Amino acid sequence: MDRLSLLVWVPVITMIVISFFKDPKKVRLIAAAGMAVQLVQIILLMLAFFAERQAGNDAEMLFFKDIAWYSNLNIHYTVGIDGISLSLILLTGIVIFTGVFASWEITDRAQEFFITLILLATGVFGFFISLDLFTMFLFYELAVIPMYLLIGIWGSGPKEYSAMKLTLMLMGASALLLVGLLGIYFNSAPDGGPLTFNYIEISKIHLPEAVQYFFFPLTFVGFGVLAALYPFHTWSPDGHASAPTAVSMLHAGVLMKLGGYGALRIAVMLMPQAAHEMAWIFIILATIGAVYGALGAIAQKDLKYINAYSSVSHLGLILFATLIFNQVAFEGAVLQMISHGLITALFFALIGMIYSRTHTRNIYEMGGIMKVMPVLGTAYMVAGFASLGLPGFSAFVAEMTIFVGSFQNSALFVRVATILVISSIVITAVYILRAAAIMLYGPLRKQEFELLPDARWYDKVAVFILIGAIAGMGMFPNWLAEMIYTDFTPMFNRFIAN
Amino acid sequence: MHTDMFSYTVWIPLILLAAFLLVGLLSDKLKPLVAGLISTAAILLAAVLAYSAAAGYFFGAGLQDGHYTTLIPFEQLWLRFTDTLVIKMGILLDPISVMMLVVVTTVSAMVHIYSFGYMKGEKGFQRYYAFLSLFSFSMLGLVMATNLFQMYIFWELVGVSSYLLIGFYYQRPSAVAASKKAFIVTRFADLGFLIGILLLSYYTRTFDFMTLTQPNSGILSSAAGVSFMGASVLTWALVLIFMGGAGKSAMFPLHIWLPDAMEGPTPVSALIHAATMVVAGVYLVARLFAVYALGAPAALEVVAFIGAFTSLFAAIIAITQTDIKRVLAYSTISQIGYMMLALGVSGYGSEAGLGYTASMFHLFTHAMFKALLFLGAGAVIHAVHSNEMTDMGGLRKHLPITHFTFLIAALAISGIPPLAGFFSKDEILAAAHGHYPLYFWSGWFVAGLTAFYMFRLYFRVFWGEDRQYEHKPHDAPPSMAIALIFLALASVVVGFIPFSHYVSANGEPYTTHMHWQVAALSVAIAVAGIGLAAWMYLRPGTVADRLAAAMPGLYKWSKNKFYIDEIYLWVTRTLIFKGLAWPIAWFDRHVVDGTMNGMAWATAQVSEKIKGLQSGQLQQYAYAMVLGAVAFLLLLLYWGA
Repeated sequence: MDRLSLLVWVPVITMIVISFFKDPKKVRLIAAAGMAVQLVQIILLMLAFFAERQAGNDAEMLFFKDIAWYSNLNIHYTVGIDGISLSLILLTGIVIFTGVFASWEITDRAQEFFITLILLATGVFGFFISLDLFTMFLFYELAVIPMYLLIGIWGSGPKEYSAMKLTLMLMGASALLLVGLLGIYFNSAPDGGPLTFNYIEISKIHLPEAVQYFFFPLTFVGFGVLAALYPFHTWSPDGHASAPTAVSMLHAGVLMKLGGYGALRIAVMLMPQAAHEMAWIFIILATIGAVYGALGAIAQKDLKYINAYSSVSHLGLILFATLIFNQVAFEGAVLQMISHGLITALFFALIGMIYSRTHTRNIYEMGGIMKVMPVLGTAYMVAGFASLGLPGFSAFVAEMTIFVGSFQNSALFVRVATILVISSIVITAVYILRAAAIMLYGPLRKQEFELLPDARWYDKVAVFILIGAIAGMGMFPNWLAEMIYTDFTPMFNRFIAN
Repeated sequence: MHTDMFSYTVWIPLILLAAFLLVGLLSDKLKPLVAGLISTAAILLAAVLAYSAAAGYFFGAGLQDGHYTTLIPFEQLWLRFTDTLVIKMGILLDPISVMMLVVVTTVSAMVHIYSFGYMKGEKGFQRYYAFLSLFSFSMLGLVMATNLFQMYIFWELVGVSSYLLIGFYYQRPSAVAASKKAFIVTRFADLGFLIGILLLSYYTRTFDFMTLTQPNSGILSSAAGVSFMGASVLTWALVLIFMGGAGKSAMFPLHIWLPDAMEGPTPVSALIHAATMVVAGVYLVARLFAVYALGAPAALEVVAFIGAFTSLFAAIIAITQTDIKRVLAYSTISQIGYMMLALGVSGYGSEAGLGYTASMFHLFTHAMFKALLFLGAGAVIHAVHSNEMTDMGGLRKHLPITHFTFLIAALAISGIPPLAGFFSKDEILAAAHGHYPLYFWSGWFVAGLTAFYMFRLYFRVFWGEDRQYEHKPHDAPPSMAIALIFLALASVVVGFIPFSHYVSANGEPYTTHMHWQVAALSVAIAVAGIGLAAWMYLRPGTVADRLAAAMPGLYKWSKNKFYIDEIYLWVTRTLIFKGLAWPIAWFDRHVVDGTMNGMAWATAQVSEKIKGLQSGQLQQYAYAMVLGAVAFLLLLLYWGA
C-alpha cells in the first residue's frame, strides 16, 4: 500500500476498532492511540518528503499514485503531495489529535461520537491528498456530512437549527461547486482527446475563456462559502456556537481551510484569466469580510461567537491573499490557513474547557477567572496574543507574509484594499483584549467559581501541543515558509504563463 | 574584522530570554527570592557585557578612519519573503545602539534591585520578575536591530511586555483598563509604522538599516521620485513610520495611554514608561535619521513640530496634576517632546547635526534622572501608601535619602548646572535656535514650566506640614536606597560626558562648546520657575488657589488634560462601538442572516403550499396525467402546425 493512502486507512482502521467497544473510557483511548499513530506517520511522511526534496526530487507531486477506478469517465484515485498539501495535512493531524483530548469528557454515545469525528477527519485527509477533482469532491462531502450529525446530536443550544442551517448552506455551496467542477471536466480537453479530472493535468492546459468566466465564480463561491466568504458566512457563528468542542476545533481549524485551499488551488489556479478579471469583486468581498468580521466580533458577548466572527475576519485575509496573484501572497494564504487553524483550534478547545467548568460562555457572567484557573487563563491570553498577531507566534508570520506579498501589487485599488485589510489587525487587538479583560481579569465575579478546577492532564495535552505548534511556527518560520514558497513555483509559473 | 570581537554581544538579549523562560515557566515552583535573583543576575550579567561592548566600541574598534562605523557582529536569516525582502535577526553596533545598551541595562539593573524592596511580599513576585526579563530582552532586541522588520518585531514585544506589566495588578479594574488602553493606542500607531515599512521597502527593496542609511547610495531616489497627494512617497512612508514612533513615545495626540500606564507598579513606570521603552520612538527616528534628513526633510519638519508642541502641551498639563506619578508621566511626555524637537531641527553632518547629538544626549541624561524621579516617587508611595500630593507633606524629615536623591533629580531635570539635564537641554535649545527661533522660545518657556512643576511637586511632598500617616513613614530599605544613590550619582556626572565626541549624525566626532547666552537664559528661567514654586508652595497660603481661580478656563482645561481622553472615548464608544460594531453585529444577525433564513422560510412555505399535490390518491394522479397528456398533445399540434 502506498504511503498516502495510509493517511486514509489509519483513521478507517481506528473507526473499525472503535466499533467493537462501547465503554467511553476504552473508546477514547483507542481514538487517541489511532490519532497518535496518524500524527506520527504524518511526521515521518514529512521527514521522508524532506529527504526526497533534499535528494533532488523536484517532481511537483511526491509519493504519486494513480489508480483508475471508473475508466468510462476517466475518474481516477490519484494521490500525491507537495509542500502545500503536506503542511495542511500536518495541521489536520495536530488538530484531530488534540481534538480527541478535548473530547475526553464525552460519555454520551461516545462510540458513535468518536467514529463520526474520525470519519470527518478521514474526509479531510482524503481531500488534501487527492489530485483528482472527482475523488476530491467525494472526500469533501465525506467531511461535510458528519458535521450534521455531530452538531445535531452532541451539540448544545439550538443545535437542530444550527446543524440544519450549516448543512443546507454547505450543501448549496457543494451544488455550485459540483457544477463548477463538472464544467471544468467537460472542457478539460479543448483540442479533443480524453477528458480528465486530474487538476495538475488541467492546470497545464488553457481552459477556453468563456468557460472560465462561467465556472470560476461558481467554483470560487462554492469553496468560498466553506471559507466564510462574506456574505455567505452566517452558518459559521451559529454552527460553531452549537457544535461540541472538538467539532468546532476541527471545523474552524481544518474544514474551513478546505474552502481556502480549494479556492486557491482549483478556482484561481485552473482559471487564471477569469480569476484576474473578476478578482476585484472577490477582493471587495474578502476585504469586507476581514474588517466586518473583526468589527462584528467586538459586539459579541458569547465566546464562541467572538471566535466565529474572528474566523470570518481571518479567513477574509486568506481569501484576500488568494486574489493578489503573487507568489508571496499565495504563500501567505497557506501560512495563514495553518496558523489560523492552530490558533482557532486552541481557542475553541479553551472555550470548551472553560464552558465545561462555568457552564456559561457569556463573558459578562464571568470575570476574574484568571485567579481561579491560571493555566487556562494564561493559555487563553497566549491564544489571544497569537491571534492578534504578536511576533513569536504563527499569525504574525502568516499575516506579514500576506501583507508584504499584497504590497508588491502597486495597483491603487489593491493598495487601498491591502491597507484596509491591515487595519483589521488593530480591531483584532480590541476584541481580544476586551474579552480577556472582562472574562479573565478584575475581581472574581461569582463566588461559586472560586472552587472550579484548573486544567486537567488531558486538557493540558491538547493545550500545550497546540501552543507548542503555534510558537514553534512563530519562532522558526522559515523552513515552513520556504517549503511552501518553493512548492508554489511550478504552479505559479504555469499560472503566469496562462 | 573587528566584528568578531563583538560576537559575544548576541548573548546580551539571549541571557534575558533564558531568564524569562526559566522564571516564567517555573513560576510558582520557584521561591520568590530565587526568581528575583535569577532575573537580577541575568540583567547584571547583561550589563557587564554591555559595558564591555561600549568600552570596546567607543575606545577601540568602533573608531575607524576618524569616524564611528556600524558593525554587525551577528546576523541570521529568519524569514524570507522575496530574494531581497528578508527578515533577519541580528546585532547592530553603532554609537546610538551601544549607548542604548548602556542605558537599558543600567536602568533595568537598578529597577531589578530596587524591586526587591518595593515588591516585597507581593503576590505574583515571580511573574513580575519574569515580565521584567521579557521586557529587557525585547528592549535590547529592539535597540540592536539590524533591520526595520526586526525592530518592528521587538517593538511589538516591548508593547506586550508593557501591557503585561501595566496590568500586573490584574484584579484591579483600573489597571486592566489602563493596560488595554496602552496596548490598543500603541497598536493603532504601529499600524502606521507597519504601513510605512511596507511602503518604504516596496521602493527601496530592503529592510536593512545599513543599506537604507547609506548616504549617496541612490537607494532612496526611486521613492523620493514618486509623489502621492503632493508629497513624495518617501515622505509619506517616513511620516507613517514616525506615527509608530509617536505612539510608543506618547507624542500628541497619541499620548493618552502613558498617564494611565502609571497604574503599573512604580519601578515599572521608571523602567518602561520613563527611561527606555517610551524613548523607542526617538530612537527609531534617530536610527533612520539619514533617511529623514537626506530623503524627506518635510517629514523631519513634522517631527520637529509634533515634538515642540507636545513638550509645551504636556508641561502645561503637568502643572495642575496632583497625582505625583501623573506629574512625572506628563513630564516624561514633555521631555520626549524635547528629544523629538532636537531631532527635527537637526541637519545631517557633524556640527550641522548638533540637534541629533543633543537629542541622544538628552535621551541618555533623562533616562538617569527620570528613572531616579520615579524610583524616588516609588519610595514616597511605599512610605505613605498614596499617590496623591494632598496626602503628603513634610517628608524630608522622614525620608532623608529619598529626599536628597529626589532633589538632585529635580534640579537635574530643571536644568540647573552642573547637573546632567543642564548640558543636554542647553544643546537642544541651541540647536532649536539655529533652526527656527520660535522653537527656541517655546522650548525655553517649557524649561521654566518644567522647573516650576517639578518644584511644586518637590515642595508639596517634602516640605510643609506633616499629614496624618497610617504609620510613621520609613525611608527606603537598602535595596531601594542603592538604586536611588546610584542613579543620583549618575545624574550628577553623566552631563560631563563629551557626548559629541561619540555620537553624531554621520559618525564623525566633533567638539561642541557651551552656548553661554542660551545657558544664561535657560538657567534664568529655571531659577525663576523654582522661585515661583517656592513662593507659591513653600509658605502656607492660598496663592496657588487664588491663581487657579484667576484663570478658571486655563486651569480647568489643564486639570482635565485638555479633554483629549474624552475625545478618544467619544470616538471609541460612540463612533466605533455604537456607530459601527453594534450596527454591524445587528445587521449580520438580521439582514445577512435574515436573508438566508428568509430563503429557507420561503422554500418551506412553497413546499407547504404545493405539498397537497402529492396526495397519494390514484384517481387524482390519473386525472392529472390525462390532463397533462392532452395539454402536451395540443401544444405539439400547435407548434407542429
